[in-house]
Amino acid sequence: MKLPLPISNLITFFLQWIWLFVFVLSGLLILIAPLPQSSRTPQKRLIRIEASSFQFTPGQIHINPNDEVTVELVSMDVVHGLSLDGYDFELKADPGQTVSATFVADKAGVFRFRCSVACGNLHPFMIGKLQIGPNQLIIRGIALLILSIVTAFYSVRQIPQLQTRLA
Amino acid sequence: MVRLDLTRYPWALSILRNRWPQFLLRAVTLAGFVFTILTGLFGSVVGSHNFAIIFVWIAWWTALKLFFIPFGGRSWCSICPIPMPGEWLQNGGILMPRGKGFGLNKRWPKALRGSWLQAGGFLLIGLFGALTLTSASVTAFVLLFIIVLAFVLSLVFERRSFCNYLCPIGGFTGLYAQAGPVEVRVKDAEVCASHAEKTCYTACPWGQFPLALKSSANCGLCMECLRVCPSDNIAVNLRPWGSDLGPKTKHRLDEAFLGLIMLASVLVDSAVFLGPWGQIKSAAYAIGSTPWFIFAGVFLFAALVILPGLYAGAVKLSMLMGSSRTTLRKSLAKYSQVLVPLGLMAWIAFTISFAFAKFSYVLPVISDPLGWGWNLIGYSNSAWVGQSTSISLLLQVVMLAVGLAWSSRVALRVSGTHRQALPLVTFSGIFSFSMLWLLIG
Repeated sequence: MKLPLPISNLITFFLQWIWLFVFVLSGLLILIAPLPQSSRTPQKRLIRIEASSFQFTPGQIHINPNDEVTVELVSMDVVHGLSLDGYDFELKADPGQTVSATFVADKAGVFRFRCSVACGNLHPFMIGKLQIGPNQLIIRGIALLILSIVTAFYSVRQIPQLQTRLA
Repeated sequence: MVRLDLTRYPWALSILRNRWPQFLLRAVTLAGFVFTILTGLFGSVVGSHNFAIIFVWIAWWTALKLFFIPFGGRSWCSICPIPMPGEWLQNGGILMPRGKGFGLNKRWPKALRGSWLQAGGFLLIGLFGALTLTSASVTAFVLLFIIVLAFVLSLVFERRSFCNYLCPIGGFTGLYAQAGPVEVRVKDAEVCASHAEKTCYTACPWGQFPLALKSSANCGLCMECLRVCPSDNIAVNLRPWGSDLGPKTKHRLDEAFLGLIMLASVLVDSAVFLGPWGQIKSAAYAIGSTPWFIFAGVFLFAALVILPGLYAGAVKLSMLMGSSRTTLRKSLAKYSQVLVPLGLMAWIAFTISFAFAKFSYVLPVISDPLGWGWNLIGYSNSAWVGQSTSISLLLQVVMLAVGLAWSSRVALRVSGTHRQALPLVTFSGIFSFSMLWLLIG
């Protein structure tokens, strides 16, 4: 049956782009769906971080949610700072000095820590990584990338079907 | 496909046709360019306190990827200051159309045409990026070298040879402008065919003939064709994103090479500038040292062997799965379209984290551009330590997902069958997962 032109156009438009609506909705679901939280018992930790020309050692740290973390920042050469993304936490250490402060890791995820004192040309890129609990965002990201591929196949597969339906 | 021709609106047509608005914008960018060189040469050696570093590598580089290309294709090229002095000389005046000016007007050597040299230039940016991006004086010398080179070449070669064949940023914008939502096309092909003089081609500084334009890669949106067309037959269209990508468009092997260099560069830049590996940063910065040679070797191996190898393998597999008899060279060129949305969205994802974390430096350097302790607008001491927010991280994931969906869709549309597209989709997937790990992991 051939539909009248305006309705036919509307249906064509809707069917042509339905994959996009499905993609956006499914994507949103992936991004906001609750995931199981870490059940590990919080503990007290002492983490010593050495700051030298454009690097923190260790550069990657993994802790559990709600751990009480004491960070000891040691500057090995010039004045360095440490500022943690997502937390109101900052330290500043003079050369050879050790400074420390404590915070509770009450937000889960992966957070960058950065040097907060201009220490040389590569200062803006002096970055470390603190992972608190499992990295849920990367799990969501992987799911979203898989969804992208599925959506692409679905969207292209739909075109001949659509043409047949409206013929 | 749907197009909205901006020249249908009298106000838009008068703005586009008049040389003054464009000239004023170009005058501002040229003044900014000269000021950037001066601040780079005479300002503070601390990069985060110098206008040259912050404006070139944070403000402009971010604006190019998040604004100019995604919403205007090659719109930056229409106001870029680099070819201006040479073009004025070529045209014999500041507001003159292309014509009897000064210069040898030679044709660019055939062997050097295409995007090969632009890709090479982008590789150089990657190899020396850690120094260039952080040293104000090096940035100033690079900009000075580029504008002098463009000027000298415009005296020897015809039109915008520098932009067409050498400028790495021209290569970058041209490649990704194919996915952009702006195009210049003719309204009625018959009108052009019956017009003997071809004034549009004569006037075009890019050497393009609008009637033959099938891709926006080499059109710099300068509007000269619109200004000289006696029949008002040039349209400036807003179009759906990715209109140049599909089974009916033609692509070249050098586009594939350029696309792969861009993919390698965004991977390496993500590792160097956003990763937690201090040793890689130090190696990338210590130019001439043994660690730098190792870094350069790994970078070049990734850009010239690993990625092209994976891509060529995917294309070869795709060919084996299909029935059409075509050469590997043609298939490599045809599938280069897949690399366009993949690379564009990866660069946007990279830039989001870069911009969010570093934008705090912009106002302070406007207040004190040379780092000499001035406080012109009261923001000299307002720089805070920028950070990635949960929104910026989410946006990065979404951009990578859009890039993968888009490139997979292009692969599927270009391929004869879904089976044939699978290797290219897998290639795009491997790249996207690598980017995800580098940015979010």
